Amino acid sequence: MTGAAIKLFLPLDSVAVSLGADELADALQSAAEQKNFAVEIIRTGSRGMHWLEPLLEVEHEGVRHGYGPVSPGDTEDILEAIAAKTKHSKSLGPVEEIAYFKSQTRLIFARCGITDPTSVEDYTDHGGCAGLDKAIAISGDQLCETVLQSGLRGRGGAGFPAGIKWKTVAGAPADQKYIVCNADEGDSGTFADRMIMEGDPFLLIEGMAIAGLAVGATKGYIYLRSEYPIAAKILKTAIARAEAANILGENVRGSGKAFHLDVFIGAGAYICGEETSLLESLEGKRGEVRAKPPLPALEGLFGKPTLVHNVITLCSVPAIIAKGAEAYRDFGMGKSTGTMPFQIAGNVKYGGLYETAFGVTLKDLIEKIGGGTRSGKAVRTVQIGGPLGAYLPPTLFDLPMDYETMLANGAGVGHGGIVIFDESVNLLEQARYAFEFCVEESCGKCTPCRVGSVRGVEVIDRIRDDVEREKNFIVLEDLCDLMVDGSLCAMGGMTPIPVQSAVQHFPEDFGMMPAKRAAE
Amino acid sequence: MDANETKLTSILTAHVGQTGGLITGLRAAQEAIGYLPSETDAIAAEAFNLTRAEVKGVISFYEDFHREPKGKTVVRLCAAEACQAVGSRTLQRDVEKHFAVKSGETNASKDLTVEPVYCLGLCSCAPAALVGDRLVGRADVESIARAIENRRKAGA
Repeated sequence: MTGAAIKLFLPLDSVAVSLGADELADALQSAAEQKNFAVEIIRTGSRGMHWLEPLLEVEHEGVRHGYGPVSPGDTEDILEAIAAKTKHSKSLGPVEEIAYFKSQTRLIFARCGITDPTSVEDYTDHGGCAGLDKAIAISGDQLCETVLQSGLRGRGGAGFPAGIKWKTVAGAPADQKYIVCNADEGDSGTFADRMIMEGDPFLLIEGMAIAGLAVGATKGYIYLRSEYPIAAKILKTAIARAEAANILGENVRGSGKAFHLDVFIGAGAYICGEETSLLESLEGKRGEVRAKPPLPALEGLFGKPTLVHNVITLCSVPAIIAKGAEAYRDFGMGKSTGTMPFQIAGNVKYGGLYETAFGVTLKDLIEKIGGGTRSGKAVRTVQIGGPLGAYLPPTLFDLPMDYETMLANGAGVGHGGIVIFDESVNLLEQARYAFEFCVEESCGKCTPCRVGSVRGVEVIDRIRDDVEREKNFIVLEDLCDLMVDGSLCAMGGMTPIPVQSAVQHFPEDFGMMPAKRAAE
Repeated sequence: MDANETKLTSILTAHVGQTGGLITGLRAAQEAIGYLPSETDAIAAEAFNLTRAEVKGVISFYEDFHREPKGKTVVRLCAAEACQAVGSRTLQRDVEKHFAVKSGETNASKDLTVEPVYCLGLCSCAPAALVGDRLVGRADVESIARAIENRRKAGA
């Protein structure tokens, strides 16, 4: 074959790699050499359609065509089909026409899966730095006001209005301020942070640089969990290249203002996703939570005003600045503005990432988009928002996903993770696990969490073993109340949520009622 | 000074003054030696101007740090909810049986450690495992055994 090399796109994302993308890249290279085809393999982020990974794409007349899931054994056939422009059994057609992809609103993940994550040129060619360039032209106060007006809320779980935090940090006088990105994405069922850091790291860098300009911080840290080695490697490369391209450094995009950024790798502690514990850890100490107040916005890292945000929150910023607060507020419903990357996980047929405006129903996410369970059995429950999130029954699946509705139903959007369970799940076992996890991961600073979680496991075991069951339900309720009221942070304060939602919605698993399920 | 002490001193000293330098330094030392021997505490305390209790407190707090060498290959099985939803509890039992090693322990020949991990971010293709530095999605005993074998072949 003659002419220009065929451009092949293959994800370097952890999911794709875990399903064989690296071996596939090698196989493609050697098959191409054998056939004397000139190919160029560009490693990208993932499109988020994880059941199709490894998803191979080839550009044909400006349109990306997909093949997936591809195994190394498919490579020769696929290369032949690409060269001859014929169909292949793994052919998916134009990737962006796949319903799962086409029906999304991708503001944050706009470039993910399309560009080379470590290429500054690719980033700016696809609209990158538009927000930062605009940010340079306006004042810090205007930037804070725009974020406030956009209605952006923290995407890490708490949903606190971002603009209020920005204004607090901006208004705090100090010789040094910090931007800290919480990339300690420890909640099971969530992987949006990992995906965007692996697939479009410059977006996070741009968001942090804008935040730095807005609040007057010249130094930023990304606190990344150690379980994400691929993200670490990509972020470090991207930061070095952003410095070389003046997106970071002493003179950000020629503004004369400085913003420096470093990655800090955690050491395996779920609690460090809690912002004050994260700050302690970043200072090189045990990750024990701090009492609040003082708020980190006033006394954060090394006692200085610090803006702490989740990855997705910071990644939402460039589009808000580039397109304006109103354009952003047009997405979503009520006080939940903008888009949310929902993560559909667990026992699911079409698992992956689905970015859309708030207001989508759980049912649509589980059934229409996720395709139901992988096992083919009925969905019995979903857990929303990680290990500290509620277990909801199918009768509540019509609820729209937004902060207020979820809260009103004893649940939370959290970080947008949805873990699907089929009918083989035992909710007593899940409630026990919630306490067990808290035993493992409690930092130990406050008694309700440290001791309460151990007691919780014991009480659940007594209920399971039918030892004074009625009395132990009273003890369980009392214990949960105490943990909610007396814990220093969300770890102890929210562990009762999965426990009590499991008891409330699935009492039969706790031996409280005759098993209804068999009769249904 | 023995070889470990020399290594510890030079690695830890190099991280003094960095943000969170104690944690980054301990990680680097552990990577070089394979674990954090008891000498670590005094050397780190001296380098970072801390008490030995403070150093010990940091080492014991974080799951990543360990005071004994682990097996040549470490298999980390995700034990969190998304993986539970697709049979990680059964997978753990199968792995323990197949490789004759309990989760949280190292086998007698010291070539394999199996331990739980709470989320690898592969929740959409669960259950997930990490074999050495190799991520395994939709893991089963066979794919884990294959990853271990590939590591052995590669001389790890």
